[in-house]
Amino acid sequence: MNIIETLEHEQMQTLANKKIADFTSGDTVKVNVKIKEGERERIQAFEGVCIARKSRGLGSSFTVRKVSYGEGVERVFALYSPLVESVELVRKGHVRRAKLYYLRDRSGKSARIRERKTGAGFRGNKKVAVAS
Amino acid sequence: MRTGVIAKKVGMTRIFGADGVSTPVTVLSLDGCQVVGVRTAEKDGYTALQLGAGVVKPKNVTKPLKGFFAKQEVEPKRILKEFRVANDAIVPVGSVLQADHFAVGQFIDVTGVTIGKGFAGVMKRWNFGGLRASHGVSVSHRSHGSTGQRQDPGKVFKGKKMAGHMGQAQVTTLNLKLAAADVARGLLLVAGAVPGSDGSYVFVRDAIKKPAFKDLPYPASVVSEKAVEQEAVVAAVEETVVETPVVDEEGVVADVSVETPVKE
Repeated sequence: MNIIETLEHEQMQTLANKKIADFTSGDTVKVNVKIKEGERERIQAFEGVCIARKSRGLGSSFTVRKVSYGEGVERVFALYSPLVESVELVRKGHVRRAKLYYLRDRSGKSARIRERKTGAGFRGNKKVAVAS
Repeated sequence: MRTGVIAKKVGMTRIFGADGVSTPVTVLSLDGCQVVGVRTAEKDGYTALQLGAGVVKPKNVTKPLKGFFAKQEVEPKRILKEFRVANDAIVPVGSVLQADHFAVGQFIDVTGVTIGKGFAGVMKRWNFGGLRASHGVSVSHRSHGSTGQRQDPGKVFKGKKMAGHMGQAQVTTLNLKLAAADVARGLLLVAGAVPGSDGSYVFVRDAIKKPAFKDLPYPASVVSEKAVEQEAVVAAVEETVVETPVVDEEGVVADVSVETPVKE
């Protein structure tokens, strides 16, 4: 490993001992965020659909979208940020795309996501093409 | 004035603080930065330290430089640089500079050669606005437009910003904050960006436009070359001990002295 990778790996080790559910885009998640109010620290939940995940080692992040009082709200969380206390999986979603930016243009019925009811690795019935 | 150091730019990453603030940092490696010569007022008319860093293949060292390194009794270095120092800040030849030469939180200046951009137009080089996208403009959307006035003065003023070579120039970025230092690995983690490409050498010194930081090691944080070699031997011994699954009868791995492998 090179120096940068080593440094990032060390930081990820120290920050990884928190509960982060195995989630992907389309899943409904509850992100528990640490919030500092003066001296006091409390935890606030942000629940919504994960519409994107970015995997860049220590720079990994994910975007959660929810509709609050009729207004769409999106928050981007750094996966390894100390502010993200934990991530809970609320509901598995069945989607066919990695980035669900199309949800921004939709509302109501068309913005729903089907629940995935089969195994965690289920990606539909399509046969995986074997590279010859 | 203290000496600066030569460092190799490794790349950039981020550090998460306990309060959740993410700091973008540039990782600089000291790369065996060592004093290879001393300039004194009596002999040279000024006081400075000659520093060297990096390893170089013997075949790539010129004969005159080989002679110089042999005379100073130091390993040949890839890059050499002089740092002016105060008369009482001289460090003996052979001393290896340590990452705790700089204190975490202090301000530093970093000098490097910026990434070359080649022949760049005015929009990239000087942030000109260019011409309109439509309304009859053809071919010259990214041109600079007029460069002057009429028959009077009848010339283009000197220093007019025009297209030309951009980058690959020495630049000093002032007042960067040192976010962290790793003495064991010889790393400086500087908050923010530093000029130059990854793998290039940069020069780091105390910020000249900020008041001096308290509790800095003066004249420098160094260890002698012998101490570094000894440490390497100890580390090598510890590694071999770890690798061999045979349990020492004495049981204490840390007690294995440097001399034992020599006897074997």
